[in-house]
Amino acid sequence: MQKHSVVNEERLPEEEELEKDILRPLEQPASKKFWLTCGFLAAVFLFALIAWTNQLINGLKVTGLNAPVFWGVYIVNFVFFIGISHAGTLISSILRIANVEWRRPFTRMAEAVTVFSLPFGALCPIVDMGRPDRVFNVIKHPHLTSPILWDVICISTYLTTSCIYFYLSLIPDIALCRDRLKNVSPFKKWLYRTLSLGWTGTEKQWKILDTVLTVMSVMLFVIVVSVHTNVSFVFAVTYKPGWHTTILPPFFVLGAIFSGIATVIVVMAAIRKYYGLDRWVTDYHFDRIAAFLLALTCFWFYAMFVEHLLTIYLGEPAEMSIILARFFGRFSLMFWVMFSLCFIVPLIVLSVKKWRTIPNLVIVSILINIGMWLERYVIIVPSGINTLLPWGTAKYIPSWVEIAITAGWFSGFILLLMLFSRFFPSITVWEVKEGLHQAAQKTQPVLVSSTAKENA
Amino acid sequence: METKGKFDILRRKLIALFGTLTAALGVFSLRRKLASQENKETEPAPENHESQNGHKPRWGMVIDLDKCTGCGACVVACSVENNMMLGDAQLAEQGRVIRWMYLLPMIEGEYPNIRSRIMPMLCQHCDRPPCVFVCPVSATYKNPEGLVAQIYPRCIGCRYCVNNCPYTIKYFNWGDPEFPQPIPKGFNPDVAVRYKGIVEKCTFCHHRLQIAREKAKAEGREFRPEDYVPACVEACPAKAIYFGDLNDPESEVSKLAHSRRAFRLLEELGTQPKVIYLTEG
Repeated sequence: MQKHSVVNEERLPEEEELEKDILRPLEQPASKKFWLTCGFLAAVFLFALIAWTNQLINGLKVTGLNAPVFWGVYIVNFVFFIGISHAGTLISSILRIANVEWRRPFTRMAEAVTVFSLPFGALCPIVDMGRPDRVFNVIKHPHLTSPILWDVICISTYLTTSCIYFYLSLIPDIALCRDRLKNVSPFKKWLYRTLSLGWTGTEKQWKILDTVLTVMSVMLFVIVVSVHTNVSFVFAVTYKPGWHTTILPPFFVLGAIFSGIATVIVVMAAIRKYYGLDRWVTDYHFDRIAAFLLALTCFWFYAMFVEHLLTIYLGEPAEMSIILARFFGRFSLMFWVMFSLCFIVPLIVLSVKKWRTIPNLVIVSILINIGMWLERYVIIVPSGINTLLPWGTAKYIPSWVEIAITAGWFSGFILLLMLFSRFFPSITVWEVKEGLHQAAQKTQPVLVSSTAKENA
Repeated sequence: METKGKFDILRRKLIALFGTLTAALGVFSLRRKLASQENKETEPAPENHESQNGHKPRWGMVIDLDKCTGCGACVVACSVENNMMLGDAQLAEQGRVIRWMYLLPMIEGEYPNIRSRIMPMLCQHCDRPPCVFVCPVSATYKNPEGLVAQIYPRCIGCRYCVNNCPYTIKYFNWGDPEFPQPIPKGFNPDVAVRYKGIVEKCTFCHHRLQIAREKAKAEGREFRPEDYVPACVEACPAKAIYFGDLNDPESEVSKLAHSRRAFRLLEELGTQPKVIYLTEG
């Protein structure tokens, strides 16, 4: 990470405008439409809670699950939510370590996506459990060979670490809110005062923050890979055809980053449009992240190709029954829609420069996310339906309870993001400032020698 | 500097807190260790479950498909013995009826040259049970005599074991079982009635083993493997099911298990099932 010279140097003229632009949404009262949307999302979430209560009272018979399809939409949601949470860490930690310039305006919302999607992801297996009241048995009677225990360890570590990381990088911006926002409600004033932890932006404080964030970035990089690897282990270690493959862990990590980046693009485009931040999240930034998404699309196809080629080449009957169900059988519609949404459409739209506009990018990102949800579905459900021993008729149609809870979890996630954008700056102000300073340094000939030294 | 002072105080407080926690943990674990040692001194020696020839039994089953008539008596006996849910057409259609033992129809070949057969299917009590490896709470485990068991009060209902069972022979309670009025009066008192949200499976009628051991003890004689007969074995009118100690080379199951007709289901997976089938004719 670059040194924070922000303190010592004189303020650039852009800084003032940046602060003004980004703090504006926190000061202005939200529109009626905003609150109506929030209310609607909250209602959907509450309905999901009612549906869950119904499930708690009656048992899992209210779902569409049955023998032999023991895992369904809940586990699909689990993998999906944990998946999109990977974007935050990727952008804010890996791209931060690599000091990729275009990451700057995305970091805050990327981390927010991580922190807000993880709790919903972690809730999914609890919803899926027959006895959620016994969830702490996992800690009381841990069984070390179970991938579910590994998951519990990984995801709780990930949640804690990413929450701390998110909060730490928020502190300077909260302090900015505390100092600059005078016309806000007493609650907000109290919130900023408490959460800024007496941050004054001294050199020593910056140094501490810098060190901690750098160390945590490296830690998070390791954790993020371990999390989705372990999520895939839940499937990969079993005897189920279609699940038991060694490519699953890297494929899951890749898929997670893929759908995560797409989510960040959607969130950021919405924020930019709604709060008018075009100047700070520019077309250039979106162009860069679109190129990154295109690269991920190609990687995704590569993993998909390898997985299927190797299975088809050997043609082992149990494995082939899954492949046939995906390609031509009862899941063929879902599979080919998924394949088009995840590969064909993004490849065509993103590789033609003329079509790589922001509205197109947002549509592609939404399609990728739908595609990735379907991808998890065609990984999880067909393997449930095709048992090793003959089984009569197996079918799975999600019930209204499962659909309601899925809708509720998505609404809750969007609701948290919306509320967050009203309370805290949606762009990491200090990080963008840092970028501005670096850019200014590069253009000033006086400072060339010192920059050169830094680079050397 | 004021901030520095604050940080220093915070740091000292944190160190003190961690120190206290570590000390508390140390004291706690020491006390537990001491307590367990005390218990060891007072506890009676663990019961020796060795049979006469001095080896630990390894319970196994042999099903002779040549003798099996497919009458389904084993299925009924098992359901009655183990207080199984009744189920109805709707539940059966949804795939939610629980039968620890059922008849698996196997159809071989394509239409004109078709051949179908029926195999009584039950938990294979694997020696390398896949369900045990993946249970996050050790609710399913293999006991020293090779029986794979399920602890109902501990099971969290994640259904991971059911997913990993290649035989799909563990069952999940999707709802509470419903019994018409007179049935609960006739429940087998030796077997717990399961409830919603947990996984259950065939136990090889483990309660019968306990009863047989207690009976032998009360009668003041050695326990013989012949005393332990699961319900399905007892009920089979064709005497197609054999049960006994696979570790005893002289036992009938042991001999049959080594016969040329013997095979095990999905043997290639390496789960080492203890239910052995004898092929037809």
